[in-house]
Amino acid sequence: MGRYVLRRLLQMVPVFVGTTFLIYVLVWAVPGDPFEGKCGERDCPASYITMMRERFNLDDPLLLQYWKYLVNLLQGDFGVTSSGVQVVDRIAATFPVTLRLALVALLVEAVIGITAGVVSGLRDRGFLDSLVLVSTLFLISIPVFVTGYAVQLVFGLQLGWIAPTVTTPTFGNLIVPGFVLASLSMAYVARLSRASIAENRRADYVRTALAKGLPTRRIVGVHLLRNSLIPVITFLGTDLGAFLGGAIVTEGIFNVPGVGGLVFRSILTKDGAMVTGVVTVLVLVYLLMTLLVDLLYAVLDPRIRYD
Amino acid sequence: MLLEVEDLHVEFRTRDGVARVLNGVGYHVSAGETVAVLGESGSGKSVTAQAIMGILDTPPAFVTRGSVRFRGEELLTASPERRRAIRAEGVAMIFQDALSALNPVFTVGFQIEEQLRLRRGMSRADARARAIELLDLVRIPAARQRVREYPHQFSGGMRQRAMIAMALALDPEVLIADEPTTALDVTVQAQIMDLLAEVQRERRMGLVLITHDLGVVAEVADRIVVMYAGRIVEQADAVSLFRAPGHPYTAALMRSLPRLDAKGAALETIRGLPPSLLRIPSGCPFHPRCPRAEDVCAARVPPDVPLGPGRSSACHFAEEVVGG
Repeated sequence: MGRYVLRRLLQMVPVFVGTTFLIYVLVWAVPGDPFEGKCGERDCPASYITMMRERFNLDDPLLLQYWKYLVNLLQGDFGVTSSGVQVVDRIAATFPVTLRLALVALLVEAVIGITAGVVSGLRDRGFLDSLVLVSTLFLISIPVFVTGYAVQLVFGLQLGWIAPTVTTPTFGNLIVPGFVLASLSMAYVARLSRASIAENRRADYVRTALAKGLPTRRIVGVHLLRNSLIPVITFLGTDLGAFLGGAIVTEGIFNVPGVGGLVFRSILTKDGAMVTGVVTVLVLVYLLMTLLVDLLYAVLDPRIRYD
Repeated sequence: MLLEVEDLHVEFRTRDGVARVLNGVGYHVSAGETVAVLGESGSGKSVTAQAIMGILDTPPAFVTRGSVRFRGEELLTASPERRRAIRAEGVAMIFQDALSALNPVFTVGFQIEEQLRLRRGMSRADARARAIELLDLVRIPAARQRVREYPHQFSGGMRQRAMIAMALALDPEVLIADEPTTALDVTVQAQIMDLLAEVQRERRMGLVLITHDLGVVAEVADRIVVMYAGRIVEQADAVSLFRAPGHPYTAALMRSLPRLDAKGAALETIRGLPPSLLRIPSGCPFHPRCPRAEDVCAARVPPDVPLGPGRSSACHFAEEVVGG
């Protein structure tokens, strides 16, 4: 196990270098000077442009620029934005919000998705089964921005049950945005659990458990569920990685001050240092989440060995 | 009489129609007795066992008629709780493929212990100790370590032993073994059969041994029940059945067994295939494949012809067949 983790961590190095290089090139090597148009209606003064070009090493060859960026990065220095704000500070301010939103969404997705999937998987072709199939299809077909605006309009503006925008990002205030963010994955989780339960409930080991005279609750809750949830939990893990990448649409609709919005605004304002910084963090988070999911898989299914 | 099955009818209601899987099956098992249920795939051996245990998949399977009694108590109309109480304590079952029949994500120990904890109220430690005893009993070496291992870490024979240990956990009075050795290689088969015979003798259990292997039957069975197309075609004690089969199907099965003294000769087979249970032939279901079928065989279902004490054959010509 230890060797496996070490190997996986080492594999992350080239992936990390590759992705950050790619994003660096995409952000800084696009045609056009990044500092033109930063001064409102007027042209920027030459002195400003020279200063900024120097600060961001833009006169060096691209590879050298990237090298300098990487060296700084490894020392924990994410650089400053064109307006002189520390990139690290902005990430530190927004990431906890995104983390909170992601956890709410994961909880919603897991609890509702798995419950719906298990209930419908246990009885094929009943009313509940059809209900789950149709409603998940409905959710999958609707883009998140429609769900988001509809929820905001109905519950926030017409019924007034919730504040239409998030003023302070507490867990409580993030429940509705969490629902919206989770809606699509929740439908997938429900369908995945349903298929998995339906497949496993006729398995031989379920019949054995029945023959052992175990109560139905235990057969379903222990024997069936434990086997059926292996693919679901790995799906949830990868999904959490995606949620942590920020939700540009959901955050935008509900005005949640998270990473998604930060990236979105930075791209619009061509704030290269911020974009590269945030994406670098997200790459790391996603790599670690994937490793975690793979390790979790071995914990859930003893047949998987990594030695 | 520990276990009695009488006139059991089971049908599978499928999209293609109703398959009559059991058409009046009846046999009984006493304490200390080994009854072998013999027949080809699809003859209804396993379905009978599952109906006894109450673990048929319903739908598609439905018991439409008949009776299953354990110590005189009717099970088919018993409450689900009562049936559950009898499973594993009264009648336990082991399955053919131990790898798929054991839960892959729990240790072997866990799967033995959970019955002890849930149904005997044992503590974790007591249940673990008992599980190790049981694994020792079925001669799994280093039981103390292996109790913590998962089914996939066991070899085929060891897995089947573990399953036997699991079935013995609640000291059942009847054990149904559904082709317990089919998935194993020959040397291991013999070991498992010896083990089953031994625990059966020591505990004076009733043993129902479902198999399609005549060789296995000959060694351990007291009585033999031969099934064909969901019916019992012959019942007899093992000695008389092997001396003189009373049904053409039994006779054909025995002729299709490889024999040392017939070395070099072509192996006899039963011509044709077992019938589709959606369209069971009229009259005697075996008549299309039977070497001595006459017109009456296609017209009338043969009655159970008694051939001495505890012996009967469902053949119009039973007496002639048994007489050679």
